[in-house]
Formats: sequence, structure tokens, C-alpha cells
Amino acid sequence: MFLDFFLLLKHQGIPVSLVEYLSLLEALDKGVIQKNIDEFYYLCRISLIKNEKHLDDFDRLFGLYFKGIETITDETIFEIPEDWLSKNGERLFSEEEINNIKAMGGLQDTLDRIQELFKEQNERHQGGNKWIGTGGTSPFGAYGYNPEGIRIGQHESRHRRAIKVWDKRDFENLKDDVELETRNMKLALKRLRKITREGTEEELDLHQTIKKTSENAGMLELKMLPKKKNNVKILLLLDIGGSMDDHIALCSQLFSAAKYEFKNLEFYYFHNCIYEMLWKDSTRRWGEYISTYDVLNKYNSDYKVIFVGDASMSPYEVMMKHGSVEHYNEEAGIVWLNRLKNKFSDLVWLNPLAKEEWQWTRSVQMIEEFTENRMFPLTIRGIGEAVEALKS
Amino acid sequence: MKFTGTDNYIAAHDLQLAVNASIAMEKPLLIKGEPGTGKTLLAHEIAKGLNKKLFTWHIKSTTKAQQGLYDYDAVSRLRDSQLGDEKVHDISNYIIKGKLWEAFDADERVVLLIDEIDKADIEFPNDLLLELDKMEFFCYELNKTIKAKHRPIIIISSNNEKELPDAFLRRCFFHYISFPDRATLTKIIDVHYPDLEQRLVQEAMEQFYAIRNIRGLKKKPSTSELLDWIKLLMVGKINAEGLKEAQEQGRVPLVGAIIKNEQDLALLKHLQKN
Repeated sequence: MFLDFFLLLKHQGIPVSLVEYLSLLEALDKGVIQKNIDEFYYLCRISLIKNEKHLDDFDRLFGLYFKGIETITDETIFEIPEDWLSKNGERLFSEEEINNIKAMGGLQDTLDRIQELFKEQNERHQGGNKWIGTGGTSPFGAYGYNPEGIRIGQHESRHRRAIKVWDKRDFENLKDDVELETRNMKLALKRLRKITREGTEEELDLHQTIKKTSENAGMLELKMLPKKKNNVKILLLLDIGGSMDDHIALCSQLFSAAKYEFKNLEFYYFHNCIYEMLWKDSTRRWGEYISTYDVLNKYNSDYKVIFVGDASMSPYEVMMKHGSVEHYNEEAGIVWLNRLKNKFSDLVWLNPLAKEEWQWTRSVQMIEEFTENRMFPLTIRGIGEAVEALKS
Repeated sequence: MKFTGTDNYIAAHDLQLAVNASIAMEKPLLIKGEPGTGKTLLAHEIAKGLNKKLFTWHIKSTTKAQQGLYDYDAVSRLRDSQLGDEKVHDISNYIIKGKLWEAFDADERVVLLIDEIDKADIEFPNDLLLELDKMEFFCYELNKTIKAKHRPIIIISSNNEKELPDAFLRRCFFHYISFPDRATLTKIIDVHYPDLEQRLVQEAMEQFYAIRNIRGLKKKPSTSELLDWIKLLMVGKINAEGLKEAQEQGRVPLVGAIIKNEQDLALLKHLQKN
């Protein structure tokens, strides 16, 4: 009977599921709580919300949805299911607003209000939620009062450069293509760690041998284990600044996941393309730098290089000397890129732009060519593919 | 069976409701909150308040889900077979029950605390899904299903070091213990130190909140630190006047009980100087 409230939460990006909704209903049915709005609120909260980062959103939405309810006498709340269904739209929008939407004339006011909500939500989720993976857009047909299915995404794109076609996003691959969280990233990166245990089985696995032998009640059974190779070594090169500002949250998620997964992780920052200098500290891009030559010398060729960047720049920045936007580079970016490639043959490029957008930017194609088709989108699937490419 | 807190544990209304709902619905209750707000203590107090037996399963980074169910002690069996012990013919002699099994096996409803579940590998919670859902598991060695006689009251605490998988979260109720407000905090102190001079409590709370509100602290002191501190103040025979005097001189007596790391201490000193 509170289905619309549930849907409201769902469409506002709070990860609620039917299981949780049913358990809420069951709890209500069992009379777990006293019939008053406070306890009802607590019960909703413990059964629907599973992460403290959503608590605030939940409170806000609960307030919005159940506005005015606290004045209704306690018992009636639970006895008017039919009413809930028909009235809930009016709780969210005033009658006037509904009329506005219906007429499609005064839409802007309503849109603004909803977008305020969405904006708040997007900002809150920058810290590491799947919303950033989807670009924070959602079809707004959710409220049930908008037959046209207004897309908030269109509003977003006005702030961005024309080359990006955020609105074109389709949600067909929602599961493993868009939804990103560090947990998923860690799992994806974890696969790279596996290579340290691959190979022929040549080491005696003492523990398993004892276990197996004793399980056989004394008949010896030898167990072998692949030799433990050195941990995988990663050199992470991250593009910062400029167009990458759009992807800060995503990159920092990747960064934290990588830091968690790899012991031997080295990282440097660059801007747009690799030139003669790299930075160790992203905030001091104008200060301390390290020569790219030093990096080339410092690390053995068994390091695997992961570039992270949108590779969106002017082609000059890649191909021409003096092409860099921020300094006078003596050698073209591609020269430096090739030096890296000669040293570190295992390299991939992760691009936070959606794959469909690559074709619109010349430099992306150039970089993709340079990587010999080892450019992957910065999604779970992309990371998975990159890991596979690094393993082979 | 209602949990309403105990003599020395003040449970806020929403926490009580969360506990009671999870008891009634037989669902695990996931508890998060700042360190020191009494997450682990909660399970102990529920056991005490409801007069139930408590099983505690402490999770470490190396803990495997299987260990909560049972272990097969193959090495003992090997030794016994070498020594020709009769026991060796029966495998059940070598199955060592884990906490979950023990809790399932109990003759009455018990409280099971799975403490700091976030410490384990990220796959750990997923490996317990079925066990927590159905409250049963299969023991391959004995070829039998172990089913809970009475579904235990399961309290799971997490310090948020790792994200828990959605599938796991869906099966739990969730409650976030927020830092208590002033009134609750006073009550908590009263419960612990009933004979304490009120002025000292006021003064200590004052200073405690001042420290807690410093921006940029790495570790905000919480309830347990406050209680420790007050205890130390009592042991050190520092009264309200002494506390006030110290404050005027720009120091906090026995600050080590509240501030637990060097950076925070440096920050505090720096602020006191200015």
C-alpha cells in the first residue's frame, strides 16, 4: 500500500528492492510497531535503507511524501490503503502542479523543482555511488504523473561541451556496464591479481597435502600449487584537469580500488597527453614534477601501465611538438607515448568516456591506435577487459 | 519479548524498535555507527536484557565464512589413525562446531553477535547469505543439514571499512547508531556513574563537546571515550573546579583518554595556544 513511496525512493536513486518492501509490509502486518507515524518512520528506515549515506535522502523523501500525515489520527493511517494510491500524487505535487504537467505548458516550474532534487542527489553521490557512473541521469517518468517521461539528462548536457552526447545514454547494459562502485571495481581488478598464481603446479602445498592425506585416513595424497610469482606491478598514469574534471569521482574510485588491490602500485599524473614531465601530487601540478625519463628508468619493464584519461584534446597535442596547451614541449606527445610503449609493452588505456563517444573525437582514435586497440571504457566491463588484455 | 535497554545501557527509541522488529521478524540486524557508540555492546545488552545466551563471533581479516559453520579437524584424525585410536572411524568426532552451528544447536533462542563483519574479505558476507536466510546449512562430512532449532537473534556490527554486498544487505534490517544528543549522553553517564557530582558532569560534557566539535579531527571522541575520561577524572580526583581551572590555563587534564592520535593532539594543542 505504500508502493508509490517505495517507487519514489527507488527512482530517487536509493537502492531499495522488492524484498525489502515486502519485509516492511510483513512487519506492518505482524504488528511489530505501535500505530503511530514515528514508529512507522523508524520501521521504514530500518527495513528499506541499508546504508547511512542514504539516510538523509530518505528523511527528505519521507517528509515530502508523508507531509501532513502526522495530523491524521493514528489508526486511520493504516486503514486507508485505497486512499494512499489515489492521493499520493497529490502529496508530491499540488493539484496545480499536476494540471501544469498535464497541460505541458507550465512544465518548467515543476521541472526546475525536480531538477533541484536531482541535482542535490547527484552532488551527494559524487563521493562514490553508482549515480556518477550513469552520469546521474534518470528518466523522470517515475512519479507517475508525467506521460512524456521527462529526461533530466537533457538539462545536464547543456552545461557540457557539444561533443559529448550524454543524452544518448541507453540503459540496456545497466548491470555491468554502467553501475560502478569501488566494490565492483575491486572485484574486477582482483582478477589481475590472479595472474600471480598462475602457471604449472610445481610447489608442494603442505597444508592441502596434510588435509587430503588425513581425509584419506593416512593414505598419502600429494597436493601441488602453482608457484607464487611476484606480485603484479602497476604503473598508473592519470590524466587530471581540464575535461577530466567531469570524471574526478570516477577516477578517484578507480584509484582507491587499485590502491586496495595492488601492493606494487605507482602512480603519476599528467595533463591531456604524456610529455617530458609527470606529477606525483595532483594538487601541485605547477610545482614539483618528475621527469618522464626518470620514470622510464626507474621501473622495470615488468610493470604494467594503465593510463586513465579521456584522451580528448586537440590532435596537435598528440602529434606536434609545441602542441601542448600548457607548455612548450620539445617533443610531440606521441613520441613520449611511444617511449613508454617501448619500455612497458603491457599497457592499457581506460577511458571514462562511453565507448560510443570515442568516434566523435579525433584524438581518442589516435590514442586508441597508439594503444593497439587496448583502450577500454572505464566501466566494470571495461576494466574486466583491460585486465584480460594485461594478462595476455 | 521486548528489548528496552538495560540498567547500564540506554537504548534510544529507534534503536529499541530496530532490535524488537528484527526479533519479531527473525531477521539479522546490521548495526553501524561511529566507533565507540556501543555497537558491540548492544548484543551483550540484548542478551542480558532478554536473559538469553550470547554467542560472539569475532571477525578478522582472515576469517572465512566456513569457520562460522564448522571445521573438519583432519590433522587430529590423521594422528588418531596413526595411533590406532578407535575414534578415527567416526568422522563426527573431528567436526568442530563453529559459532553459527552452536547458536543453531541451542535449545532456546539465543543472541548471536557477528562482530565487525567488515573486517573480513569482501566475499565473506555473500558466503553467509543462505545460512542467514534459511538458518540452515549442509555439513558435507556428516551428510546432513543443520537447521536452527530456534532462529537466533542475530546482531551484526560493521565499522564501514568495506562496503557490504547488496544481496546481503537486503536480508538485514539496518540501524545506524548516531552519536547521542546531550540529554541521552547525560543519561548514559548517570547509568554508569550514578554518584557523580552533577557539576563535574556538566563541566566534562562541556569540554568534551568542545573537543568533539573541533573541525578536522581524525577520530572524533565518542561515548566510550567520554566514559573512560570521566572514570579517569574520578580516579585522578579532579573535580569540576579543577577541570575548569585547567581549561582556563588552556589544557585538558588526562586528554589521552579522549584524543587517540598524534595529529589530533597536535591540532588540539595548536587551537589551545591561539
